[in-house]
Amino acid sequence: MSAALLIDIILWASVAGVGFIAWQRGPKVLTSSLREGTVDFVRIVPRIALGVIGSGYIAAVIPQEVITGWLGPNSGWLGVATAVVAGAATPGGPVVGFSIGAVALKAGGGPPQVLAYVIAWALFAFQRLLLWEIPFMPTRFVWFRAAVSIPFPFLAAAIAMAIGKP
Amino acid sequence: MSELPLNDPAQASEAAEDEPRPGRARRPVGWSMIAIGVLVAVSATLVWRRDGVNGVLEILTHDLMLFGGILPRVLAGCLLGAFIAEILPHDKVSRALGPNSGLKGLLIGAAFGAILPGGPFTAYPVASALLAVGADFGATIAMVVSWTLIGYGRAVAWELPIMGVDFTLWRIVISLPLPILAGTLGRFVYVRMYPARDEGKREGESE
Repeated sequence: MSAALLIDIILWASVAGVGFIAWQRGPKVLTSSLREGTVDFVRIVPRIALGVIGSGYIAAVIPQEVITGWLGPNSGWLGVATAVVAGAATPGGPVVGFSIGAVALKAGGGPPQVLAYVIAWALFAFQRLLLWEIPFMPTRFVWFRAAVSIPFPFLAAAIAMAIGKP
Repeated sequence: MSELPLNDPAQASEAAEDEPRPGRARRPVGWSMIAIGVLVAVSATLVWRRDGVNGVLEILTHDLMLFGGILPRVLAGCLLGAFIAEILPHDKVSRALGPNSGLKGLLIGAAFGAILPGGPFTAYPVASALLAVGADFGATIAMVVSWTLIGYGRAVAWELPIMGVDFTLWRIVISLPLPILAGTLGRFVYVRMYPARDEGKREGESE
């Protein structure tokens, strides 16, 4: 069984689980939250469509070598800082971010820099903030969370340098 | 009076006075969508000039398939968010995850984020629901950061195969303290940025 399938099963089982709890509270609770969720879905689909279908084009015009070049080997804290900027600027989905990280690692990029890149990209990739977080969440919260997250790729790189891993 | 469409027969039978769920108002298409739309249009044009129509179509087909695969999960995420917002008791959430929930609230938020299944289409609607029912910025930040960095969904599906086991495991180990630290920093900054709001809540000035 593939990991993706397993995750889908857990996901829908969770939906069924909370749906059952809602049903126990009464059929009205179930129907009103079903309707609420469906309305959310319908509203979000155009944004997701633009994001998913559009991000392929954005990723296609940004050459990966540019980003991996920034992660250069033995670049120290300057390398970490550029890795954080590169992580924030990397477009596209999980394949793009991790692939660039893997290429950088193979090309001799320092593990702390690659770590900082992956964590910065996971925490506040700009395109993801715009496409995924802002449609679903209050805008004020999204920017606040991104700003608060800025120190943490640096902290992770510092830990990695201190313990000499990965 | 309800303005919501009641075309569901089960719904119509009840003299429903649906009160809209608080705090989840959505803006119409905003500047971020326009910015992305322009960026996509420019990028697609560049791809077209470089690779011709075939290049454009190739990316379009690939992304349409990706989109089709994601849609059911988006639906699952929206339903999960809606159910959670409906069944979680507001008073308990604000006690467990609210501004005064302390370290325990951050830990609960982080643990919740780590076990939450699915991708961004699950995590963000659920986080939004938590905010709406009384969680504070700190606990919600702990949850989102924990989902991003420690959650197994992305690590298992993408990071392990692409980055390798060694890097992924160390990355997760190093990330373990980050959700709590981010939540703590978030709370620290929040009460200084919005002191009046916080005070008003605490003193119950709504009367």
